[in-house]
Amino acid sequence: MLGSGLLQGLAVTAKNFVGSFHDPARFVTTQYPEERTALPEAYRNFPFLVSESADDPIGTLRCVACQICEKECPPQCIYIEKSKDKKPDANGKMQIYPAVFDIDIAVCMSCQICVEVCPFDAIEMDQVFEIAATDRFTGLILDRGALAKPNRYFHKIHPQQAADVDERLAAERVAIGKKAQAAAKAAVPAPPPAEPGSQPRKAAPPAA
Amino acid sequence: MSVAEVSPLSPAPGSRVRAVRDQFHGDLLEISMGPHHPSTHGVFRMVVTLDGEIVVKLKPVFGYLHRNHEKIGENTTYLASMPYTDRLDYLCSMTNNWAYALAVEKLSGQTVPERAEYLRIILAELTRLLNHTCLAGFLLQDGGCSGTPLMYAFREREKILDLFEALSGSRMMCNYQRFGGCRVDAPPGWLEAARALADNYGRFLDEYEELLTGNEILMARTQGIGRLPARLAVSAGVTGPMLRAAGVAYDIRKVDGYGLYPRFGFRVPLGDHGDTYDRYMVRVLEMRESIKILQQALRDIPAGPVMDPKARLRGFRAKPGEAYGRIEGPKGEIGFYLISEGGPNPYRYRVRPPSFINLTVLEDLCLGHTVADTIVILGSIDIVLGEVDR
Amino acid sequence: METPEQIRDRLLARIPGAAVSVVVNPGPAAQHSLLLGAAHAREIAEFLRDDPGLQLDFCSNVSGVDWLDREIVETIKTPTPGPGAGPATFAEQKIRRPHPGYLEAVYHLYSMALKHGPVVLRLRTADRRDQVTLPSLTPVWRSCEFQEREVFDLFGIVFAGHPDLRRILMWDEFRDHPMRKDYAEPDDYEWEPTPHGDVLAKAKRHYPAAEPAASVKGEAKP
Repeated sequence: MLGSGLLQGLAVTAKNFVGSFHDPARFVTTQYPEERTALPEAYRNFPFLVSESADDPIGTLRCVACQICEKECPPQCIYIEKSKDKKPDANGKMQIYPAVFDIDIAVCMSCQICVEVCPFDAIEMDQVFEIAATDRFTGLILDRGALAKPNRYFHKIHPQQAADVDERLAAERVAIGKKAQAAAKAAVPAPPPAEPGSQPRKAAPPAA
Repeated sequence: MSVAEVSPLSPAPGSRVRAVRDQFHGDLLEISMGPHHPSTHGVFRMVVTLDGEIVVKLKPVFGYLHRNHEKIGENTTYLASMPYTDRLDYLCSMTNNWAYALAVEKLSGQTVPERAEYLRIILAELTRLLNHTCLAGFLLQDGGCSGTPLMYAFREREKILDLFEALSGSRMMCNYQRFGGCRVDAPPGWLEAARALADNYGRFLDEYEELLTGNEILMARTQGIGRLPARLAVSAGVTGPMLRAAGVAYDIRKVDGYGLYPRFGFRVPLGDHGDTYDRYMVRVLEMRESIKILQQALRDIPAGPVMDPKARLRGFRAKPGEAYGRIEGPKGEIGFYLISEGGPNPYRYRVRPPSFINLTVLEDLCLGHTVADTIVILGSIDIVLGEVDR
Repeated sequence: METPEQIRDRLLARIPGAAVSVVVNPGPAAQHSLLLGAAHAREIAEFLRDDPGLQLDFCSNVSGVDWLDREIVETIKTPTPGPGAGPATFAEQKIRRPHPGYLEAVYHLYSMALKHGPVVLRLRTADRRDQVTLPSLTPVWRSCEFQEREVFDLFGIVFAGHPDLRRILMWDEFRDHPMRKDYAEPDDYEWEPTPHGDVLAKAKRHYPAAEPAASVKGEAKP
């Protein structure tokens, strides 16, 4: 019969229309902003800088201003200026830190290459998308203060990735400690052979 | 440099609508369809000369989205060009990434671990599914269906995009492939979700076909419209479903056998007439074959690393030489031609865009048809301006 | 499929006097190409398309390449024996040869009938300035139509025999050829403050009256 294809199609649209009132597979609208879809852990949108402590985010940045992310960024949206002095990092080593760290999020395309090349796990991907500004020149340049967020926040948005990073950094810390211990042992000269009972046993040199 | 001489029918710059008097046919009307047009799949312009409603001459004009991606490629490192390839055919970023990674791997002689190859095939077939679903939706939308098939298509596409988001972090601009493998492994639960999607997609396709394939209006508007002869298709370098709808059996997955495609059993659907309806049907059948490949790949994917352990992320350099690497993207053959002089950036970075070359035959297909048919024909060619203009 | 050397030999046998040579491609891909002279290029292309052993009916990709003028420096070391039985000293002589630049069109050909490929053809212009004409292969493969227009638009190679040679991606009144290596982009585009000092400095030269917004990282800008 001519028109049977059309009637069949109308039956499909009727099924979808009626189904959209009670069948979750057909009713796919999320009433944003009252409802939010759950974002997967891997979701990425704009980077942020990781700080060790929440009390002093800018002072405890992991970033050492090596400028690798600045060089590798495809649209060149990162601008870094090194500091003139040094600060101890989480392992106690004196490192320079970024005096200026700007990301122009009008240019950033969230490609995540800065995160992949960072040797210090200092920059990671955030998940913010509600950061509209009224001034597109200054409002869309995030400086160090806006980018620094604590490791606690990193655990909240990317739990598995943050756990992996923490594990890797802890392993590095252990390796550094072992190396320093071995170096200190080699540096201390062997004590002279003592008569039994003349001197109390010396304690082992403290681990660095 | 020379410019083609102005003929009485060629458009003068700045003209929008003018009546051109030609000595044989009476008044011919020259209109510009686009670049602001809801149905031209982007900023695309066709300067159409009409005799009444019949198309007498059609010249496509594009370049409105030209971002000189190839020059950027010369000034950027190999790795940093990868996110730019996402934005070529912006619907199918996973296949663009794979084509570029394949070309660079050919240039540098890298190998890819097996799990990464399986993941690449899974993602490419998912991309093919979402591209063809979108195309069916957009074709009907352009034909006047005002959105219903399009929204059903987008509803299914969202499920695939959710998979991409869970894997690579971004729905469309995935930036997922690297030279020597994939960036990260699939998170736990991803493969099960992909299996569930592949198993359920057939039912969606059945319902979608029930809506569309037997529809008399669709058949009347697309059968016999825009017939592409096989000889013209081959000569014009047309590739992809458009070529196979014309009856030429050329699918790069079978011809080149790149990746691990020779392990998978799938058929290549061919069309008999080369018209718009065949192009639509070939895509629907290809979707069913993609589901078969997906089910096989998801069943057989081995464990292992997803990245070549010898691959270096930073400071990638290729030895001097050149390579042309191509894959069967959803729109046709997408290839990258790279010339390396040993530096961190390629000396020449060229994209072979399937949509651009498929447009060569647009005038031939539209001549003799009405204005309304040009929209449907353009829709069936499946262009994305990001790829046409780069 | 035949190797480029075999194809070259067959072409030279068929069209004596044609300039055909093999350009070796170093590197792992090993896609060697055939360099053709402009005089017989179209005849050779038709032969490659119609020969039953090759049937290269599909021209997949046409690229332009810009090679700038280079200087090739060859260092020749001539040993002179040292005094007595001592070690020889080497006198170094550097020969500088100017290698003029040219534009190149590279064609990648495949066969849909026989499912093989690629065969890579190269056509080179005489120089980059005024002798930039090459024969168009659009009469042989229709797929070259838009791609040669793009090479004309972006590189400036004029294809003789092309049915409709005009700009395709840039607008008709555009004057330069953007993909050339010595293309200087105009620096008076619309500027906006970014963290990049040199973009700001360049733009400031054009708009001296308008100062950028004071709060844009005033402290540390160069």
